Amino acid sequence: MNNRYALSLGGVGGVLLLLPLALPGYQVSIATQILIFGVLAMSIDVLAGFAGRTSLCHGAIFGAAAYVVLYWTTVMGGDVFVGAALGVTAATALAALFALLAVRTSGVYFLLLTLALGMIVWGVCLRWTGVTGGENGIRGLGRPEAISSHVTFYYVTLAVVAPVTFLMWRFVHSPFGLTLRGIRDSESRMRSLGYNVPLHLFLAFLASGFFAGIAGALYAVFNNYVSPSTVQLTQSVAGLLMAITGGIGTLLGAFVGAGAIIILENTFSAFTARWPIVLGLTFIAIMIFAPEGIVGRFRLLLARRARVSSARKAEIGGLR
Amino acid sequence: MKRREFLASSLATVAAASTARAQTSAPIRIGLMAPLTGVAAAGGREIVDGFTMYWSEIKNMAGGRKVEVLVEDDASNPDTALQKARRLVEQTKVDFLAGNLLANTGLAVANYVKGNGVPYFIPVIAANDLTQRARIKNVIRVGGYAASQFSPPLADWALKQGYRRVAMIAQDYTFGHEQCGGFAQTFTEGGGAVVGQFWHPLNTADYSPYLGQVASLKPDIVFAMETGADSTRLVQQYASFGLKGRIPLLGAQNTIDQSVIRTMGPECEGIISAAHFAEGADLPATQAFVKAYAGRYDNKIPSLYGFTHYIGAMWIAKAINAINGRIEDRNLFLDTVLKTDLPESPLGKPVRLDAYGNPVYDVFIRRVMKNKEGKYVNAPIDSYPQVSQFWKYDPETFMKQPPYSRDFQGIKKA
Repeated sequence: MNNRYALSLGGVGGVLLLLPLALPGYQVSIATQILIFGVLAMSIDVLAGFAGRTSLCHGAIFGAAAYVVLYWTTVMGGDVFVGAALGVTAATALAALFALLAVRTSGVYFLLLTLALGMIVWGVCLRWTGVTGGENGIRGLGRPEAISSHVTFYYVTLAVVAPVTFLMWRFVHSPFGLTLRGIRDSESRMRSLGYNVPLHLFLAFLASGFFAGIAGALYAVFNNYVSPSTVQLTQSVAGLLMAITGGIGTLLGAFVGAGAIIILENTFSAFTARWPIVLGLTFIAIMIFAPEGIVGRFRLLLARRARVSSARKAEIGGLR
Repeated sequence: MKRREFLASSLATVAAASTARAQTSAPIRIGLMAPLTGVAAAGGREIVDGFTMYWSEIKNMAGGRKVEVLVEDDASNPDTALQKARRLVEQTKVDFLAGNLLANTGLAVANYVKGNGVPYFIPVIAANDLTQRARIKNVIRVGGYAASQFSPPLADWALKQGYRRVAMIAQDYTFGHEQCGGFAQTFTEGGGAVVGQFWHPLNTADYSPYLGQVASLKPDIVFAMETGADSTRLVQQYASFGLKGRIPLLGAQNTIDQSVIRTMGPECEGIISAAHFAEGADLPATQAFVKAYAGRYDNKIPSLYGFTHYIGAMWIAKAINAINGRIEDRNLFLDTVLKTDLPESPLGKPVRLDAYGNPVYDVFIRRVMKNKEGKYVNAPIDSYPQVSQFWKYDPETFMKQPPYSRDFQGIKKA
């Protein structure tokens, strides 16, 4: 079983490494975008799937990192890598602030509070024209020569995303991650067992913001442009939809969700101006037929098959 | 009649050129981006209508090559616009890009083509700096106008009518700041005074807080800079608060564009604005265009969005013809577009581009009135010849002053 797991992981890694060789230039940039949004969706899944807190402010945290990176490289004339570090730091700081305000709430209150916090960031980006450029946003100077081509930037993104994904996977499967799942399932039980629930949630929020910040910094370098539409509510919703489409609580499903949505968007918008309707219908279909998401559904099917086959084995054994 | 002759002659050149070049050359592919969904969707539709109308009029042929227009939806969102621009250039392999409506979508795409040199034509994107301080060689505003191009002549006209005190209401973003800046600078330098400026967020539902203050300031005129649904609401509330008829309302060209007044009643009558195109102008060339457009698109009178893209396409096509379709030579193509003038456009007057890629027009002062069919149109009442984006200023000196913003409106201290 473990062997098969390693094999499939190696297979996915191999495909990702060889992908740019098979795809034409533009598709490579789509693949890069999927990786970046996959990280954003994962960061939301860390909270939604493992701590039971659905956030609507991660788009704002993501976008804040993008703003900092582009402000640093264009207005301050700084280095991209330093800018990226600053962007991630800023996103984490913002997440810390949001976490302080939000961790004591849950359910729909958490949803609404994070929505409001995200809207504040959007409002600031829109109105603080002197710094953010207002509606016009900040236009970057372009990627440094060394990582300017789609293919090299894809590898850069992959080199960042792969360890970050591993880190997140470790995070949610660590003993700390288990306490989050405990909080998700029963907060009162965890409290009576002696866990400091708000502190755990705070740390989870902080980590989640850090990961969203990494995605945002990558996006800033990738897109070379940021405007209030990057921090607005639809961005948070898009990230959440990707996590849901892939499967809440599956972590890696985020990439499947991001891939499905970005590819659908790109394919249908080429054929019809009514592509948002197609997208909407797809979400409805997913909610009806696979509410646990694509990866979640797949896992369920696998588990059912394993159960059936083990039951059959047992039956055969019993006959003997 | 002249227009028809022009079309016939350009067709003839096309036909001649095509036989000369045989059928070896590949079609010219144009990527047109427009907001077909999102907040600016209504205007986006007219962008596509106006642009494709011209190409189909010339049978989709220019410079001896077939022309294909590929339309993409930018969803009124700069990130989407950027993604679509990348797709058009890198996957669809278009020869050049055109379109977009909202300033932020245009700025995002302009920043992208700055890196790869793909020509990009922006008949609606008005952000001043694209043809001023932050000029990009391959971005040309064919058929369009800089944000603060038409408001100075309007201010000058207002001064000539004897108005001295203006109150301004505008959407609080760059497009609003730039239009108001153009008005405020000219108006105050000519001896007028700005008695109040009210910036409100986009999508304002209720204008009563602003209109109340405006009335109490007792201005001679009010200048309003609005777009889309905000325009409709402002004009309606201006009338329902009883200000219409008491204080004359002047608007930016978009405040009172045909796309806004098409659905309005008498509340829009009499509003003054300035623009290069007046759908109610009595010129034969203009009326021929308006008639053709209405015949093609459900009896709709063309708006600025449709019109600017129509003559934008005309401009590009003329340049392509002049170089016999050799648009792969981008420098030659861009230089030719810059040198191309349009003597026979629906404007009825020659227009040309300045050295910065922005057109110079005869600008009409327009008033909203009913046409013969009883529909509201903008009809000219006065005109200013050869207005450039720099008005009467020297370009170098003008660009040395800071860009118009909330904090800098060019207001001369009395």
